[in-house]
Amino acid sequence: MALISTQSLSVDTRLKNVSMELQRGEVLGLIGPNGAGKSTLLKTLAGLESYSGEIMLEANKIDAYSSSERARLIGLQPQMVDSTWPISVEEVVALGRTPWHDRDKAAIQQAMQMAGVTEFAERTIEHLSGGERARVWLARVLAGQPQALLVDEPVANLDIHYQLSVMNVLKEYAANNNGVIVALHDLSLAARYCDKLCLLKNAECVAQGSAAEVLTESLLHSVYQVEVEVDLNRQPPVVLPK
Amino acid sequence: MVQKIKIIPYLSILLLLVAWLSLWVGSVSVSVLGGLTDFVSGVVSDQAIIVGEIRLPRTLIALFVGAALGLSGAALQGLLRNPLVEPSLVGASQGAALGAASVFYFGLFAAAGSLAITIAGLIGALVALLLMLALSGTGRPSLVILAGLAISTIAGAALAVVLNFAPNPYAMQELVFWLLGSVSNRGLDSLYVLAPALLIGGVIILSQRRLLAALGLGEQVAASMGLSVNRGSRLVVLGTAILVGASVSVAGNIGFVGLLVPHLLRPFTKYRPDQLLIPAALAGALLVCAADIFVRLLPYGQELKLGVLTSLLGAPLFIWLVVKESKRWL
Repeated sequence: MALISTQSLSVDTRLKNVSMELQRGEVLGLIGPNGAGKSTLLKTLAGLESYSGEIMLEANKIDAYSSSERARLIGLQPQMVDSTWPISVEEVVALGRTPWHDRDKAAIQQAMQMAGVTEFAERTIEHLSGGERARVWLARVLAGQPQALLVDEPVANLDIHYQLSVMNVLKEYAANNNGVIVALHDLSLAARYCDKLCLLKNAECVAQGSAAEVLTESLLHSVYQVEVEVDLNRQPPVVLPK
Repeated sequence: MVQKIKIIPYLSILLLLVAWLSLWVGSVSVSVLGGLTDFVSGVVSDQAIIVGEIRLPRTLIALFVGAALGLSGAALQGLLRNPLVEPSLVGASQGAALGAASVFYFGLFAAAGSLAITIAGLIGALVALLLMLALSGTGRPSLVILAGLAISTIAGAALAVVLNFAPNPYAMQELVFWLLGSVSNRGLDSLYVLAPALLIGGVIILSQRRLLAALGLGEQVAASMGLSVNRGSRLVVLGTAILVGASVSVAGNIGFVGLLVPHLLRPFTKYRPDQLLIPAALAGALLVCAADIFVRLLPYGQELKLGVLTSLLGAPLFIWLVVKESKRWL
């Protein structure tokens, strides 16, 4: 049974009739142009938008869960995050325990380890580089131990080292019998790390499936209006605008 | 590892010392313990009257007003994610001032006797708050600031009208002095308003401490962690208005306490908005009580009003804060 599935999910004009599935162990990539509805889909799944249609969490409708229960099962890392207060990395990660109403030290340590931020646990968030911060935000959402992890553009503005490091964390988290949905702009990274892709355009899902099914030159051209070169047989795969 | 925050015991001890000092300091030197014992056991003596009926109300009111201002400042700064926010921002201070001033002018609630001003102040704060909530709708921080500004402006204008048409110079003088902010010459009955307000407002705000902590990472993160941002924000605003309304109606405007106390304490609470609440209440009480002692120690003559002193001390610190904040963004 799918961990998360949607049936004809619509959010005013920002999302139309999207039906998708996320299995356990899987990384699902959301791709598509700016404004296609990737962030809206993630926020809706996390309970931040009112919607029509259906969202199922395994066998149950998502409305059947209270907001805390839902937050324990589904964790969202929004696109733009910043900390108002100069709190320490460890305090940021501890905030991830909010849905559980506790400060489970083991969970906090584990999340910091997975995201590789243990070494600067005591430093304040202000004094970290963009790449380090991205991993701290990730550790925050991991500390909530969600079964479905939703991440919006985690590698935007990161150098290639941190891009790979963040994507590897997501892959590893999914492999642990969890599910990950990640919105990405980098199609090569999407091809490399995602088990399944969902291509959105103008609020609709225009293609779904494996990288080979979704990342075709003709489909990408029709969605992005740009000629794209696709070579999925290379290791790592390459998807680049011509 | 995550350490327990240990500032509360220190503040509590300091608070007790300052409260004792406040009972002791005055133009006549009497035994605090003897006065308190006589007062409680109903013995009529000079020391019972001086300590029990003059200094005790003054001390308790200073403590309660300070706690209310400190707590509401910490709550609002956390909610609006802005270290330069003042409790009067929600419009409650001006609303309370307007309500109380109307009593001077129109003689409303004459039946309530000495409590009339307090009742009118509380009503004024609540009306201002309800209007502000109606205007801001969702409780979103930016809208709260705008709506609060609108309501304070209207209340300020209405207050100017009341002052303009004050029936006689004496009433106007009384009004102006009251607005300057002071905790002297208030009876113990003011505590019947202050104590429940502090309790109710404090409980409402503390119930939302997880929201205040999570909001540091933004509304979306807070909402995704299962917190009700809109409902919680409204509750924080309501709690703040109760605290500010009650304290303004009893003591007038005592400025900058709600702004500076949270700011000064933040480094000691690891910058966590949720852990700041109780220390801010304690330190607010401490600061107002200490400032009131200072006012009493000044040479005789026209008394310097407590609110004037806190403004004199607070304004330069506020300017320093603004400069510091602006450098952060350079």
